[in-house]
Amino acid sequence: MASSPPRTLVDKLWDSHVVEPLDSGRDLIYIDLHLIHEVTTPQAFEGLRLAGRGVRRPDRTVATLDHNVSTGPRHLPLTDALAVAMLDALEKNCSTHGITLHGLDSPAQGIVHVIGPEQGLTQPGMTIVCGDSHTTTHGAFGALAFGIGTSEVEHVLATQCLILSRPKAMRVQLTGARAPGVSAKDLALAVVGELTCAGGTGYTIEFGGDAVRALSMEERMTLCNMSIEAGARSSLVAVDDTTIAYLEGRPQAPRGDAWATAVTKWRDCVSDPGATFDREVTIDAATVAPLVTWGTRPDMVASISARVPDPAAQASPAARASYEQALTYMGLEAGAAIDSITVDRVFIGSCTNARIEDLREAARVAKGHQVSPTVRALVVPGSQPVKRAAEAEGLHEVLMAAGFEWREPGCSMCLGMNDDVLQPGQRCASTSNRNFEGRQGRGGRTHLVSPAMAVAAAIHGRFTDIRDWQYR
Amino acid sequence: MTPFTIHSGIVAPLPRRDVDTDQIIPKQFLKRLGRTGFEDALFFDWRADGQGRLRPDFVLNDPRYAGASVLLAGANFGCGSSREHAVWALHDYGFRVVLAPSFADIFASNCVANGFLAARIDDAALTMLVARAEASPGYSVTVDLTARTVRDDGGVEVPFAVDDRSAQRLLEGLDDVALILRHDDAIRRFEAAHPR
Repeated sequence: MASSPPRTLVDKLWDSHVVEPLDSGRDLIYIDLHLIHEVTTPQAFEGLRLAGRGVRRPDRTVATLDHNVSTGPRHLPLTDALAVAMLDALEKNCSTHGITLHGLDSPAQGIVHVIGPEQGLTQPGMTIVCGDSHTTTHGAFGALAFGIGTSEVEHVLATQCLILSRPKAMRVQLTGARAPGVSAKDLALAVVGELTCAGGTGYTIEFGGDAVRALSMEERMTLCNMSIEAGARSSLVAVDDTTIAYLEGRPQAPRGDAWATAVTKWRDCVSDPGATFDREVTIDAATVAPLVTWGTRPDMVASISARVPDPAAQASPAARASYEQALTYMGLEAGAAIDSITVDRVFIGSCTNARIEDLREAARVAKGHQVSPTVRALVVPGSQPVKRAAEAEGLHEVLMAAGFEWREPGCSMCLGMNDDVLQPGQRCASTSNRNFEGRQGRGGRTHLVSPAMAVAAAIHGRFTDIRDWQYR
Repeated sequence: MTPFTIHSGIVAPLPRRDVDTDQIIPKQFLKRLGRTGFEDALFFDWRADGQGRLRPDFVLNDPRYAGASVLLAGANFGCGSSREHAVWALHDYGFRVVLAPSFADIFASNCVANGFLAARIDDAALTMLVARAEASPGYSVTVDLTARTVRDDGGVEVPFAVDDRSAQRLLEGLDDVALILRHDDAIRRFEAAHPR
């Protein structure tokens, strides 16, 4: 029997979810898991109601409240009437349609891209969508996961399917071993810097190489989380022992005989040897330093030991213009040393960096130090389980003793839909994923960094090379 | 959904690349439950300063482009957040077409879902159209989806690219849910073969 040609992981995932091929090269694709939150769904549920349609598979739909929840004490009443209306709307819609909701009183509540993996909802081989661009995160499990708009949310609620065209496949190999002090966040920023913010448009990125295989699942999630910042709507890491070990015993993971069957199936969630990619990129992880973004796009990134680049050195007029706009907005001079930049605020949180390993790293750096008196610093765990685990380990005490505020889970200052916002002109070291103008508050200036680099900036009041840190 | 076939209107040039959806519509306007009435939210932080004073240097405040319905933009327009509110805000303001060298994937999907044309023109066409819009107040073009061209009254005609299925969906004004439900039997078969 002739053997079939080797396939990439994205092609395997695609082929196994084609309900029916359609015209113009599109396919009708089945969606295994639909994660929803309060901000991008009210208009979708209203669309269903107006059309007299129901939710086809409430059992494949899971909801959480995260984007505009307060991170203040949960017993206090919410004061933002608009946010309350959104939270109420999702509660009502979930109740009407029989959808499981991890609401504010749920022990599982948290950021949608934290709780999916944590609960074992996210599994290899699945197609996963959510009305949120950082759905890329779930690709760390060898699942085809991507963000969609509200109209597509409605389509999935009604039909559990989407009409899509197959993405191109890009392999990004991170070779070698990363140096001490270099985190998965730095690898993610290095990838975005290399590809630029549009380099991944139209592609699914599969991350491979020794430096990726060596990452924990939480680190792989950080890496995949930011592929959208390079334009890639989805990204993947092939399944290996690390993936399987993470999933075992998760609340929604299969058990008993079903576990063994699932593991056998999941093991095939890898690209075949010899599979060809539309584009190949190799980055030597050993050359990646702790990174800091200096501009208003995530690909405007520099080593902690570098200087703010000079727009005049850019070849194209378009690049010069965007560098100049970025430096004006950021209030930075070309040639300034990155480690001379002072910060007013520090945010440790978001779907990029709010998992237990991130908080452990933050506490390890903070231990025995004090946040600079000129800095206000927040730690927002990604979920209630992350918060409980951190508290069981005493991480909150270490962080609070150092002067960090310890908050309730939510998206918080990553996008500033609640009270956690920058004031105009304030500069923030943030473990989140976007440094766009105004992202954390109008006029706010965001620098993206790893959790360790964020803590170091909080303590010294300026960016500091974590490789020189005095751990206590 | 209203079909899109041909549209004529005034051109507003915003030749900046990587315009992200946080700029097109900032977060505070995402707290609304409806999908209309976002016209004042469009480019909110670029249109006015923190005190609500209009910024005269921003294209939408320039009287030369009053009533514009065709936006010219730089590459990678609509990158970042998946917020469909970005398309709703462009539409509610009065835009019907964005012409740019490239678009972010999720934004492009959101445009099609709203019958809004996001058409790709090359860099040279962008530069030429921006120059014309800046030189002649009230400069208008006709965007013809059937011919896939942008033309003006002065004899300019440049092609644009849009993928076939997006074009078909726009021309016919198709609703994806209704389209998908035509395949209900296939979906049922798929579900039967792939139990949870």
